[in-house]
Amino acid sequence: MNFSKIYALGLRHLYLIMNSFPRILDLIYWPTVQIFLWGFISKFFTLNSEYYNNTVGVILTAAILYDFLFRASISFNMMFLEEIWSRNFTNLFIAPIRIREIIAALTLTAILRTLIGLVPAVIIAIPLFGVSVLSLGIPLIFLLISLYLFGITLGLLVTSGLLRYGPSFENIAWASLFFLAPLGCIYYPIEILPDLLQIIAKGLPLVHIFEEMRNILMTGSVSYLNIFKSISISIIYFIFGVIVFYISYFGAKKRGTLINMGE
Amino acid sequence: MFIQIKDLSKNYNNYLAVNKINFNIEENKTVGLLGPNGCGKTTTIGMILGLVTPSNGKIIIENKDISKMNRDQILNRFNFASPYVELPKKLTVKQNLEIYGRLYGIKNLNKRIDEISLDLDIKNFFDRKTGELSSGQKNRVSLAKSLINKPEILLLDEPTASLDPDIGDFIRSYIQDYKSKNKVTILLASHNMNEVERLCDSVIMMKKGKIIDRGTCETLITKHGRNNLEETFLKLARSKDEF
Repeated sequence: MNFSKIYALGLRHLYLIMNSFPRILDLIYWPTVQIFLWGFISKFFTLNSEYYNNTVGVILTAAILYDFLFRASISFNMMFLEEIWSRNFTNLFIAPIRIREIIAALTLTAILRTLIGLVPAVIIAIPLFGVSVLSLGIPLIFLLISLYLFGITLGLLVTSGLLRYGPSFENIAWASLFFLAPLGCIYYPIEILPDLLQIIAKGLPLVHIFEEMRNILMTGSVSYLNIFKSISISIIYFIFGVIVFYISYFGAKKRGTLINMGE
Repeated sequence: MFIQIKDLSKNYNNYLAVNKINFNIEENKTVGLLGPNGCGKTTTIGMILGLVTPSNGKIIIENKDISKMNRDQILNRFNFASPYVELPKKLTVKQNLEIYGRLYGIKNLNKRIDEISLDLDIKNFFDRKTGELSSGQKNRVSLAKSLINKPEILLLDEPTASLDPDIGDFIRSYIQDYKSKNKVTILLASHNMNEVERLCDSVIMMKKGKIIDRGTCETLITKHGRNNLEETFLKLARSKDEF
């Protein structure tokens, strides 16, 4: 790994953000709207639901964590799409940068995009709804790591599709997370799902992450086994995502699609 | 021989884009790759750049098969410019050159950017976003990016396409001047026959994925009994035979 090349590619995306105030505004706008929407829903449930009445902010915390996953994945996809939209693909792939360095650069830069979007929204939630994700304590770090790895994995799978099918795969990029959300048990316990879907859902890290989040907020206890499960599953998916990305890259070279990739 | 292309082929789902082509390029020479649209020029360039995997054949640089070489090492020695490949539009000219300079691991990058931007007369729009530039300005920036690493092998795909005669002439003069001062081997794909006559030491004519003729501009013009390269190109492009 050459870190100066990873830095160079990260800098490309940092400049892109810094050069455009509307782009920064766009990054902040959607998470903030989400927080407002789920904040009011959360408040309503807190006042009217027996299940949630002792755990102010379970839904809002779930919304914040889900948005973290969503932003991580979309950030990864967006940075890859930027290269396609700007017709910079060929320049990037003939530069002496390895594929693993491209993946590393996108993964590390996605954190920045995610945080620019989410930090203001998280701060707003504290005075407005009296909810802070920091109340999850130290386990929050592990839950975020697991979510981030899974978000990047989804980004890798979507970008693999972009390499394989070209820009027409773009719509899938936006839809990818909504497809998995029902199985992620973000806002409800896994028992709500039919038995068969429960088996599938347990194969995703999301269930373990959000179940553990609810467990911490509602009982005050921490199950490190659940956290370990979620991180382990996320790592397995991440490795799978990297392999799929490499297969797609070599497939694209074989089909000659890298040379004319553009809008 | 500096670059050797041996029996190079590319087959896309039963469509033979490049069909067993062979050619050599001597060090510090400029070779023109000519042929009608769809004849396999871009695929050939793509294979040399490592963007397209050949179905068969070898690309050899200094007696080493590039498929067996380290990707970084080989790409550090190459660069490429084409009006059909752009730099990030939302970044300024300076930011783009900085990023590509860093990706190519250029030492004394600021000095190199200064040198090249003075040479190509791009300093006066250094802080403008690349997407806001005119075609001629974009072209010069693209050329600056392609020379940032002082490549030993430069691939140019229609470097003056869609430029007005003045800017086109500026680019051609610059390439000539750059070549006289630096060691660089150039493969130039172009449809501008005056440009090819002016810049190339020899040319390769392709048609339907095959090389149909090759030689210096003068020998090809004489061989085919025409007055200039444009007429020779038309004769070869419209002919049915291989010469």
